[in-house]
Amino acid sequence: MKNISKTKIITANDLLSGEVVYLTQSGQWSLQHRDAIAFDDKSAGDTRLNEILKTDNSILGAYLADVGRSDEGQPIPVHFREIFRTIGPSNRFIGKQAA
Amino acid sequence: MYNYTKFDKDFVSHRVTQFRDQVKRRIDGSLTEEEFRPLRLMNGLYLLLHAYMLRVAIPYGTLSSSQMHTLADIADRFDKGYAHFTTRQNVQYHWPKLQDVPEILDALAKVEMHAVQTSGSCVRSITADHFAGAALDEDEDPRPTAEIVRQWSTDHPEFAFLPRKFKVAVIGSKDDRAVTNMHDIGITLVRDAEGNEGYKFTVGGGLGRTPFIGKLVREFLPREDLVPYLEAILQVYNQIGRRDNKYKARIKITMHEYGLEELSNRIEINFLQQKSVYSGADQAVIERIQNDFAEPTYKQASIASFEDAREADPLFRSFTDTNLHPHKDGDYTIVTVSLKAHGKTPGDASSEQMRALAKIAKKWSHDELRVSHEQNIILPHVHKGDLATVYEALRIVGLATANIGLISDIIACPGMDYCDLATARSINIAQGIAIRFDELKLEHDIGQIKLKISGCINACGHHHVGHIGILGVDKKGTEYYQITLGGSADENSALGKIVGPAFPYDDVTDAVETIVDV
Repeated sequence: MKNISKTKIITANDLLSGEVVYLTQSGQWSLQHRDAIAFDDKSAGDTRLNEILKTDNSILGAYLADVGRSDEGQPIPVHFREIFRTIGPSNRFIGKQAA
Repeated sequence: MYNYTKFDKDFVSHRVTQFRDQVKRRIDGSLTEEEFRPLRLMNGLYLLLHAYMLRVAIPYGTLSSSQMHTLADIADRFDKGYAHFTTRQNVQYHWPKLQDVPEILDALAKVEMHAVQTSGSCVRSITADHFAGAALDEDEDPRPTAEIVRQWSTDHPEFAFLPRKFKVAVIGSKDDRAVTNMHDIGITLVRDAEGNEGYKFTVGGGLGRTPFIGKLVREFLPREDLVPYLEAILQVYNQIGRRDNKYKARIKITMHEYGLEELSNRIEINFLQQKSVYSGADQAVIERIQNDFAEPTYKQASIASFEDAREADPLFRSFTDTNLHPHKDGDYTIVTVSLKAHGKTPGDASSEQMRALAKIAKKWSHDELRVSHEQNIILPHVHKGDLATVYEALRIVGLATANIGLISDIIACPGMDYCDLATARSINIAQGIAIRFDELKLEHDIGQIKLKISGCINACGHHHVGHIGILGVDKKGTEYYQITLGGSADENSALGKIVGPAFPYDDVTDAVETIVDV
């Protein structure tokens, strides 16, 4: 894995379910981190995030999160907080890990 | 149990209707999240790491069987089959969906419950001694006072937007089981030298990033002055409490910056003004409220089976050695039901367990349950002759762990497994420590140790006042744990001192074992 610390994704929580979601290339929201569109250019990420914060009523709490990239080029979370968000709580098998 | 009046019912019902409309408008986009956020928080609805969280108020930790049944039903119908009992005697659901919350609030309202003021910069749900009205060592039941404070503070128009949240605890015994000294206001029911009934007030206690032990502002306040004195404290705080920095906005910082003498003077001056115009409204309802908390009619029956069972069953004997507290009626006992089975999540109860507790309370504890700030459930009035049967009913649903007050009876906040503010996990640390000491079969020999874990500096897990406190921190993207020793949450309040550098996640249990060995 090569770690590109300046790469970002946009993540949020779904308005209705509260579930963790990730912005995809098509502009939809996915429950899966692997589907996230990565922004290597931070200003592009900021611009997109600002658009979302102004216009997207389907989510809340959107923010940019740091990611690395897997050998296959997929974004992978780098901070343990974001890792927990991709799988769910570690004390119960009831989050995304149970899906 | 307090019984809602028509006023209470109408208020809660109206709030549900109001919030239902607010949720509808949020979903259809009429309300932005910025507009909706303060509204949902006023109704206990947070957004945490993985989902919404609904915090339901359990004023002074008192529940009836039907209320516990409803909490179990909500867990099954709208959540994931369990609920989490908190260090503020409340209960949280960690997976509700936004559109379901009005239905949940509706179900709660049917059993005289709500989620009002479980969040926000207001007077939060009032806490009290979880043995209230039952303990042998109690001087007076604090619940009528706690109920007066609840009624006074609920939807109080002047105190809906305080500088920060505000927590009040009430006790009626010399043993402080409600951590009153670590509250914004701690109230103790006392009598003066002539036997007159009154209150002792401490102000400015708090945990969080800047912990302070509350300071005595009034040794004795006559009972009839309760509300004007509360008004005075809150008015002074509302006027001079800082609003420029949320980390310096609690009244503990006001106390620290102004000093005890200056703050007390301001309170006393304001109190005289309040007292001169106060209508005495609480005195008009206090008798009705006290009647709601009248002692149950205790039965007269043999307790021989209690000693027989202790003799015959070492597990029952162990349970009764650790999980009982003396009741004011010698044939009765207070049972603390541990929600800390070794390896389980502190404070969590499954819907099956909640229903079992409701049934047990209905049949053998005069229809009453309590939630303790230590995240356990109390059966306050169990006849000793019924205790072996109660124990067996608890054992069947995994609620007979004999560890109250021992090292595995750990307070732990939800930490980073759920909480958006957390900087590290706390549940797993608690689980690891509990399993270790269970495997060592040492905890009963070690005796009473209060171990408390917080997943961030906000200290919801009360780590500052643990004999052993553990604080989870994020050090350069890795979970580390700072240990403090020497704290105390009882009437001899003390803040723990940091010992040594922080430990990585994998080393915390070993570190605690080493400390206990020493």
